[in-house]
Amino acid sequence: MRVYLDNNATTMVDPKVFEVMEPFFVKSYGNPNSLHEFGSESHPALKRAMDQLYTGLNAKDADDVVVTSCATESINWVIKGIYFDHILNGEKDHIITSEVEHPAVIATCKFLETLGVKVTYLPVNEKGVVEINTLKDFITDKTALVSIMWANNETGMLFPIKEMAKISHENGALFHTDGVQAVGKIPVDVQDVDIDFMSFSAHKFHGPKGVGGLYIKDSQPLTSLLHGGEHMGGRRSGTLNVPGIVGMGMAMEIAIENLDFEKNTVRRLRDKLEDEILKIDGMLVVGDRDERTPNTILVSVKGIEGEAMLWDLNKHGIAASTGSACASEDLESNPVMEAIGAEADLAHTALRLSLSRFTTEEEIDYAVLVLRKAVIRLRSISSTFAYKPDWHESKL
Amino acid sequence: MAKNDLISNNIWEEYSQKVQDLMNNPQNMGEITDEEAKAKGLKLVVADFGAESCGDAVRLYWAVDESTNIIKDAKFKSFGCGTAIASSDTMADLCKGKTVDAAVKITNIDVEFAMRDNPETPAVPPQKMHCSVMAYDVIKAAAASYKGVDAESFEDEIIVCECARVSLGTIKEVIKINDLHTIEEITNYTKAGAFCKSCIKPGGHEEREWYLVDILKDTRAEMEKEKMTTLADAKIAGSESELSFDDFTMVQKLKAIETAIDKDIRPMLVMDGGNLEIIDIKDTDEGNTDIYIRYLGACSGCASSSTGTLFAIESVLREECSPKIRVLPI
Repeated sequence: MRVYLDNNATTMVDPKVFEVMEPFFVKSYGNPNSLHEFGSESHPALKRAMDQLYTGLNAKDADDVVVTSCATESINWVIKGIYFDHILNGEKDHIITSEVEHPAVIATCKFLETLGVKVTYLPVNEKGVVEINTLKDFITDKTALVSIMWANNETGMLFPIKEMAKISHENGALFHTDGVQAVGKIPVDVQDVDIDFMSFSAHKFHGPKGVGGLYIKDSQPLTSLLHGGEHMGGRRSGTLNVPGIVGMGMAMEIAIENLDFEKNTVRRLRDKLEDEILKIDGMLVVGDRDERTPNTILVSVKGIEGEAMLWDLNKHGIAASTGSACASEDLESNPVMEAIGAEADLAHTALRLSLSRFTTEEEIDYAVLVLRKAVIRLRSISSTFAYKPDWHESKL
Repeated sequence: MAKNDLISNNIWEEYSQKVQDLMNNPQNMGEITDEEAKAKGLKLVVADFGAESCGDAVRLYWAVDESTNIIKDAKFKSFGCGTAIASSDTMADLCKGKTVDAAVKITNIDVEFAMRDNPETPAVPPQKMHCSVMAYDVIKAAAASYKGVDAESFEDEIIVCECARVSLGTIKEVIKINDLHTIEEITNYTKAGAFCKSCIKPGGHEEREWYLVDILKDTRAEMEKEKMTTLADAKIAGSESELSFDDFTMVQKLKAIETAIDKDIRPMLVMDGGNLEIIDIKDTDEGNTDIYIRYLGACSGCASSSTGTLFAIESVLREECSPKIRVLPI
């Protein structure tokens, strides 16, 4: 049995999404910008997809939801665009983000630092969340942009972005959120939270890889990242990824229809898995259940190094993830783990399990079984957590 | 960059079959109790190294025959990744049947080699070499405990790169002999810094006492100082100096020639809107020192540059430095 519990990394394309994409590979493959039927026959599907995206995010017609190649591109566009529009001309000199952002944000900010931009990486509390007062402490009238994620990829923890957008605006700064882990998991209403920009990616909500988007409030100016032809109203050049756009639109619509399912069924299965995990000694889950996306568990498994845990899970068909240093190319542990994991030793013992609406009860039962076996085996090897057969046998 | 580096690599695909098998079924995992050891008339040794907060921790158990100092049995427990577990297991295996003194000589490189499927292919990807170092450290700790000495006493030299086991002495020597200027050169010559990279500069995976960046800087400074001292000594001693031009190192020769050119030749050329640069200096098999120069400015193309001017330059250098000098314009 193979069980995929790594949906925060990427998701399966919903078969219904694949179905609407398929005609645009071999049959209706024309360039939508061309003046012939091959090109124009894709227009109804593209228009429908844009409707689905605007509706899904509750964007106004006066806003822009520009399709990009991925959230990394969207994030680069916003941060570098702000640099070109508000910092290079000397108007502002400062960007605020957090220390637990995705590398797309951190690395782009680090790059801007080499160009002389001041960047503040806000620290997080023990749950891995930036507190509102922390932002208040660092924001100034020279801050051009505040970029804070909506939900954290490792912990699933939700950030108070509505309040943060308000504080940013009060101080004359623009607000961007990396909404990659929020879209499709919780209600996302760009007007309600009143943000300027939001990046998102189709493959995190059962759409295809290689397509994402950037929400731009009121179609406000933002220097392009990709210059070229007049695609996407001249905001983002490059021949339209027709199947990708059509797929992302459908994925958005289905995800929105399933928000209640996420909140109830996915959440119930997640909680069931979490309950079973917490029955084992020496397990520590980060954050309260209500404060997280409904599909995510980040647990510190005392006495077991993350890569070793993934090894045993993978051997039995379970796909999960760890921020552990040992599992990475450069032996550097995930900064999120470093930031929040002092007590829980997350830098080395973290295990992330992320469900989707395709995860079944049967899969969760199997995963619990495999997880227990892995814990027993690896703790029997471990030199830092005493293996006690009595509680292992009685509790499991 | 290799083609495959452009797509993600799975570190597991680089594990040898032996590493994978040991990870799945460690052969020497477990504990030896005091009772078990005593029953066989052996002495139990237990040593710990590392901590969970470091990402690696290993405990080694030895049952040693005190009359022969031979390790009769060895077992381990380990908190760590697959490589750490497999390395600890292999390390325990390598200890068995050896005397304590022989076991201390087992290094992480021996452990890695023992886990290879074939002699040419590394058992683990480069960054994982680090995980086998723990296995080496815990042996020292066990031997120290057995002998009642300090673990440091087994290390007769300072090891800068634990993964490749390169000593401070080796690194300094290589820098000096080969006149190295960069960390990459040091890594190419010694393999130091090629694996977990902690020893290159502060801020890596592990805090180190010595870093290659500092060693390079200090050694270069030392070399500069030595050169200055030698030159200064030679100058003070004057003609009575035992160190003649022909005994100089290449760097010192270059310096002496540059000094002579700056003093007696360059002003002359510059007056006429020209100049020269030294391209290379070579000692020939016949015992000559050939100086290759390139004319700059007005000198290049000047008819006298290959006759009168050249003769003048050569005479000055032969007088100031050595009669064996030949000047070759290119």
